[in-house]
Amino acid sequence: MASNNPVPRKPRRRLSWNDPFTRSIIYQVLILGLVAVAVWYLVSNTLYNLSARNISTGFGFLGREAGFAIGESSIDYSPRDTYGRAILVGLVNTLKVSIIGIVAATLLGTLIGVARLSKNWLIQRLAVAYIEVMRNIPLLLQLFFWYAIITETMPGPRQALNPVSGVFISNRGLKIPALTGDGLVWLFGGLGVVLVLMLCLARWARYRQQATGRIFPLFRVSFALIVLLPWLAAYLGGGGLQLELPELRGFNFVGGLTFSPELAALLAGLIIYTSAFIAEVVRSGIQAVGKGQWEAAEALGLSRARMMRLVILPQALRVIIPPMTSQFLNLTKNSSLAVAIGYPDIVSVVNTTLNQTGQAIEGILIIMAAYLTVSLSISVFMNWYNKRIALVER
Amino acid sequence: MNTASTAALAPPRHQIGLLAWIRANLFSSPVNAIVTVLSVWFLLMSVPAALNWLFFDANLEATSAQQCRQASGACWAFIREKHRLILFGIYPYDEQWRPLLATILLTGLIICSCIRWFWKAWLPLFWMAGLALVAVLMWGGVFGLSYVDNSMWGGLPLTLILATFGIAFAFPLGLLLALGRTSRLPAVKALCVVYIELIRGVPLISLLFMSSVMLPLFLPAGFNIDKLLRAQIAIILFAAAYIAETVRGGLQAIPKGQYEGAESLGLSYWQTMRMIILPQALKVVIPPLVSIFIALFKDTSLVVIIGIFDLTQAAKTALADASWRGFSAEAYLFIALIYFAYCYSISRYSRALERRLATDHER
Repeated sequence: MASNNPVPRKPRRRLSWNDPFTRSIIYQVLILGLVAVAVWYLVSNTLYNLSARNISTGFGFLGREAGFAIGESSIDYSPRDTYGRAILVGLVNTLKVSIIGIVAATLLGTLIGVARLSKNWLIQRLAVAYIEVMRNIPLLLQLFFWYAIITETMPGPRQALNPVSGVFISNRGLKIPALTGDGLVWLFGGLGVVLVLMLCLARWARYRQQATGRIFPLFRVSFALIVLLPWLAAYLGGGGLQLELPELRGFNFVGGLTFSPELAALLAGLIIYTSAFIAEVVRSGIQAVGKGQWEAAEALGLSRARMMRLVILPQALRVIIPPMTSQFLNLTKNSSLAVAIGYPDIVSVVNTTLNQTGQAIEGILIIMAAYLTVSLSISVFMNWYNKRIALVER
Repeated sequence: MNTASTAALAPPRHQIGLLAWIRANLFSSPVNAIVTVLSVWFLLMSVPAALNWLFFDANLEATSAQQCRQASGACWAFIREKHRLILFGIYPYDEQWRPLLATILLTGLIICSCIRWFWKAWLPLFWMAGLALVAVLMWGGVFGLSYVDNSMWGGLPLTLILATFGIAFAFPLGLLLALGRTSRLPAVKALCVVYIELIRGVPLISLLFMSSVMLPLFLPAGFNIDKLLRAQIAIILFAAAYIAETVRGGLQAIPKGQYEGAESLGLSYWQTMRMIILPQALKVVIPPLVSIFIALFKDTSLVVIIGIFDLTQAAKTALADASWRGFSAEAYLFIALIYFAYCYSISRYSRALERRLATDHER
């Protein structure tokens, strides 16, 4: 029998309250209208208040001379530079703290997370104690504590602690040896060349393994390349490298790399606090891999290193990456607490600018734009990495 | 065939008792043995010195800073002198039983919310009544209590007030945002997404600055809101975004069949949410919500930066006293202990709760 089912027609839209489509349009128009009225009210109040206090709007103030000094900056800055340059200095400081913090916290957190799973009772209990204590005390309190330790209990530069040769800890901060010399540019260039070489080598090794089954000792070769090639490049190409040790001259040290007390306290607090959270993330990731995977890998006769690298870690990483991303973002946002101990990050610099020029709204917009950009970049990168290692299912 | 039964021999000495445990747990492999030795050496170096400083050489009776500095241990006399300033801020000395009562009330409110028996429909009303009672105690002005302006509040009650009022008001807001974000109306969804992503992408400090600096600009001239309210609003807006994301995760965990079943029964959107979806979703997200509360409790310490007198600021003020200088470690350890006590207990409870709720779901 010929089928008599016509194609179902789209429901006719009726202009009445009973039609869900019309109702949704009316609701949205009402809500948007309310939001628009509220925004218009706030904006008109703001404009009135700003004009009453003689504050201009707009970002023109960024071109004016700043007039305040910044404690430490990685790029050249003097009080005669503009507000825009001062804010750039703050941004560079924030990025510096974030990158060092993320790398160090990941390393320390992974170590403690693995220790938390160790079969050694003592190590496991120590790791648990560390994680619980560091997670349950506010970060600001930890920063104040570290800053107080460095400025109050550390000795002066003349009696500085010297744990290893070339490293000095005093109440003027941490001083470590620095690499200087003309060969520095060649060193980093050589490092870049080695990285590209390693990527090509990895692809060739994978191709060769798929074709012939022979395994290339990629790890050892790359390790040797990283250790040898950049130094070779530095000595052959440039004028060589020197290790500059900090020396006590007068009341302070000269030479070497300096971590001011503010930077040292900020890094110590951020790294220790975030590493406790990262340890928990790593632990939950490794525990999420089923016991059968461990047993099967052992049954195949894989060594412990191969077992971790080929079977456990790829599966654990899938569980670890999303929470790890949010921990990286938290560290970046928590670096804004630097304003409380006097390290000139972007919030601190914009706060000073805000107080001097009265341009509150523009200042806040700059802070929000900076953090949103950094957060979104980290999120985009981690999402790309997450997709790359995700399980491809039907 | 030997049928004579012999008495069973005891297992070898190195396989039972303490020795066996030590072999298995501390020295099971060369690497483990080395690590154990290093850790024991580290503990021997640090723990006796720490205990000496904390307890045995500590000074509790000193009446001045000089006496305390002569002792080599911690100066707990400093805490004895200053504990009322640190705990209650600059609240009038004779009325300090009121913030004490408010603290006990708020702590009791949090503890009661953890007990399963209290998870009834009247819990929100219970909270409202508790918070109203706390407000009456702190402000006064009625029932014969003298009026104390909120610029005099400080210390532990203020931290608890910021956290509990914050979570109490942020929870309904976060719920609405989560429902808005999963709504089918594009305008509502866009507004909620913009709000949530904007708030989650910026640190709490910038929100505190925003509220303390921009709120006076947003309001018409002559309309003043005081500093504490500005900080409270910033904390509420901040927490609402994180609660919204957590509740949205819970909403996504509800099987589609529940929505379809509700539709087939002819329930409207709000009836579905109220009677079918939200009870299940909220039960699923209780552990993450508890961790948001712990994080909020720790984040209230940030109000130091806009000059509000919470527990951390009270410690700094106590340290600023010229006659008692240089005892930062004691003061910070004292308030770290308070924060740790609250946060650790709540997080232990949350883990136990997670385990109990998980077994509920398994058949």
